[in-house]
Amino acid sequence: MSTVKFVLDGQPVSVDVPADTPLLYVLRNELGLANPHFGCGLAQCGACTVHLDGAALRSCVAPVSACEGHRITTLQGLGTPEHPHPLQQAWVDEQVPQCGYCINGWIMTAAALLASTPRATDAQLREGLAGLKCRCGTHLSILRAIKRAQARMLA
Amino acid sequence: MSSLSRRGFLQASGALVVVVAAGQASIAAAPGAAVADLPAVPDPTQLDAWLAILPDGSVQAFFGKIDMGHGLEVAIAQIVAEELDVALASVTLVMGDSARTCNQGGASGSYGVSHGGRPLRNAAAEARRVLLAAAAVQLQVPVTELTVRDGVVSVTAQPARQLSYAQLIGGRSFNTRVEWNKAVGNLMDVKGQATPKSRDQYTLVGQSLQRRDLQGKVFGTRPFITDVKVEGMWHARMIRPPHAGGHVQSIDTASIAAWPQAQVVHQQDMLAVVAPGEWMAVQAARALQVQWSADGTRWPGHDGLHAALRAAPVLRREEPLRRGDVDAAFAGAARIIEAEYEWPLQSHASMGPGCAIADVRDGRATIWTGSQKPHSVRDGAAKLLGLAPEAVRSIWVMAPGSYGRNDAGDAALDAAWLSQRLGKPVRVQYMRHDATAWDPKGPACVHRGRAALDAAGKVLALDFTTRGLSRVDAQFHEADPRDTLAGQALGMPSNADLGLGIPGESYDFAAKRLAWEVVAPLQARYSPLRTSHLRDPLGPEVHFGSEQFIDELAVATGHDPVAFRLQHVTAVRDKAVIEAVAKAAGWQPRSTPRGRKGRDGLLRGWGIAYAQRNDTVVAVIAEVTVDPATGRVRVPHVSVAHDCGLVVNPQGLRQTIEGNVLHGLSRVLFEQVQFDSETVHSVDWASYPILEMADAPQHIEVVMIDPTAAAPSGAGEPTIRSVPAAVANAFFDATGKRLRRAPFTPERVKNTLAQRSSNRNTR
Repeated sequence: MSTVKFVLDGQPVSVDVPADTPLLYVLRNELGLANPHFGCGLAQCGACTVHLDGAALRSCVAPVSACEGHRITTLQGLGTPEHPHPLQQAWVDEQVPQCGYCINGWIMTAAALLASTPRATDAQLREGLAGLKCRCGTHLSILRAIKRAQARMLA
Repeated sequence: MSSLSRRGFLQASGALVVVVAAGQASIAAAPGAAVADLPAVPDPTQLDAWLAILPDGSVQAFFGKIDMGHGLEVAIAQIVAEELDVALASVTLVMGDSARTCNQGGASGSYGVSHGGRPLRNAAAEARRVLLAAAAVQLQVPVTELTVRDGVVSVTAQPARQLSYAQLIGGRSFNTRVEWNKAVGNLMDVKGQATPKSRDQYTLVGQSLQRRDLQGKVFGTRPFITDVKVEGMWHARMIRPPHAGGHVQSIDTASIAAWPQAQVVHQQDMLAVVAPGEWMAVQAARALQVQWSADGTRWPGHDGLHAALRAAPVLRREEPLRRGDVDAAFAGAARIIEAEYEWPLQSHASMGPGCAIADVRDGRATIWTGSQKPHSVRDGAAKLLGLAPEAVRSIWVMAPGSYGRNDAGDAALDAAWLSQRLGKPVRVQYMRHDATAWDPKGPACVHRGRAALDAAGKVLALDFTTRGLSRVDAQFHEADPRDTLAGQALGMPSNADLGLGIPGESYDFAAKRLAWEVVAPLQARYSPLRTSHLRDPLGPEVHFGSEQFIDELAVATGHDPVAFRLQHVTAVRDKAVIEAVAKAAGWQPRSTPRGRKGRDGLLRGWGIAYAQRNDTVVAVIAEVTVDPATGRVRVPHVSVAHDCGLVVNPQGLRQTIEGNVLHGLSRVLFEQVQFDSETVHSVDWASYPILEMADAPQHIEVVMIDPTAAAPSGAGEPTIRSVPAAVANAFFDATGKRLRRAPFTPERVKNTLAQRSSNRNTR
């Protein structure tokens, strides 16, 4: 067992778990979050994506020990219904999700992408979202929402 | 969790008693009468099984299907609010809880609105009638002099005299019988004395109203099935045989000694590792050493699969459509066109692997499931556990999209069995390899199209046969444990049935035979390659063959593919969607492939396909590009003309159609289960690739045709069946070559383009 301390969605947290436990399992079980999601455990789908100091991270393969002293942000910490991130608002406006299980991957990855490349083109967005999966086929809604949020963030 | 919360809100303050006399209902309040305790399994003949008005006047509707993300929740709420004359916001749905909803068959056959909405519409109309009758008594005016708005009944001429639904019945039961058609599942319907509104009276139905489940998804606050936590639950991981026909021979429990709390649960081939912590269960399951025996089962491998299908004995053949003398037409033909098409095994590969939580104690069971057929989970678990169905409560919780019989129900029965064995709640979470390798597969098939032509090129006869693995090798629900991994691992025989499908079309050829033939499964029992329903069961598969073959006939007879279809379809709505999609796509007639290389080095082509599904009809035109250097096929534009009758929520319908298109593109371009003689190699997203953002179209144009006379007929699946063939026909238009085998992998594309001959089909 190791004690790992990090900042989760703005709040300091401390957990006692085996150091090699993937962050995803710690967030879901020890810290009780209803997201991110387990999709593959192999960093192949994105359903578990969080931010580590603002960069997208596949939490299913990241050992919790790697988070020591860092800021971890989840979908819940990105925004709230009262203060939504522009991407979350755009996701609602465009009525994007079907089942919604993949959302963490798309929104968290896109948020990091737009933060680093605010004027990302369609081609850059598609490239930057490579590897993410959506089995319901909402890809076009996702692009519409990201472009809507992008326009708002640039305005 | 065993007490039913529906009882909680129905306070015993009184009941409405309906007295029917001389054909006219009169109503008297009976204050103080106790509300009958509601049964553990709702009684469809009671209006209370369908609707409740809560003390605050809000409405609960009990829907025996589920919304896996197509927006069915808001569509059904629109229907209920419309009939009741209440605000949409006041209607909430309880979905897919076997103790609170009637068995409407769960998600099935794109019937959510068309069939699922019927009893809710009728029940809501009846509830309004009963409430108006009660108001008429209390306000002492005839019903005809009353107006209802937002759940408030007022005297039309004296609006100040009013009673709200909350005042009339809030928190009490209707105690009103409705006439049940005795059907269970999709066809379940009830009728009261009321006549539902006609279409011209609709104000909510037909509007693009926003979904109400999105906030919880977008802000990560609404629990999925994977988030359900029951106090004291243990975590399980299942261990499956690594090769064909494997059976557990011995287990080295010492191999998991590093996790002293972890346990092995084992009976016959049912094998799991359980532990109080999830990560502990994952690690121990990975470490567990198992010796497996082999029973000699050998599979043909994915490359040998279609040869095996051709060679296998046919167990059942049916000819659901037979018209004219097909054999005589071929005997007298001046020319015969024929071609064969191959479709692979495909995985549901849901976004999240199956997950379920079961609590089986003291002769009762509660199961939380993501299965799209939660009532089937109740019935299957009851049989597996030896309990009465009434002792089992199956609760659907929002889950990764399922598109048919995926692995969610298998997880539910695994969890139920493990919980019963351990005497404590158990959560089963499949890993990615369980989901992709072991979920029920969409059946592989070989289609043979033949057409007899006269000397003038007229089609005298069409003969189309699909031969493949059964669509019901595993049934499309979990109501019998023999159809689940748990049942089969425990030694139950397979409950396999034999069935496939035929094209849905209205071509007018004088002689026509549409047939299917089923061969034996690749492994009889406890097989990772069992086959069942995958979105639009047999639709994409069959029409990949049949609609390509129609295109081949058009080209062989010198016709434009759109004109040829218009010339031969007989149904008016079929004609309408074909015309509409051709117009939307700016179709330019062609009787030979028009493809030519653009400045970008890509070959570009357009293709059409169309199909009926139940009462819905859809036509699709795809524009594809083919990169001859890389073999990469992309689909930048897709046009869809869609007629599913009455459109309840246009925006929801549009998103549903788009999802169909993307799923169809993924299946025709990328998806095939890879396996050899004894091992399934498609175990994750790297070994079972699907369409990603780079390959998503630039644009999908949707034309909704809404014939005023038609009732809603379903949209969850019809579009997907035409997508693969539209892409295949566009590939031909772009390259002049037919690619008759899916998926269109780059290697296969390059091989096809390298063929010298034009791979023609005439003899």
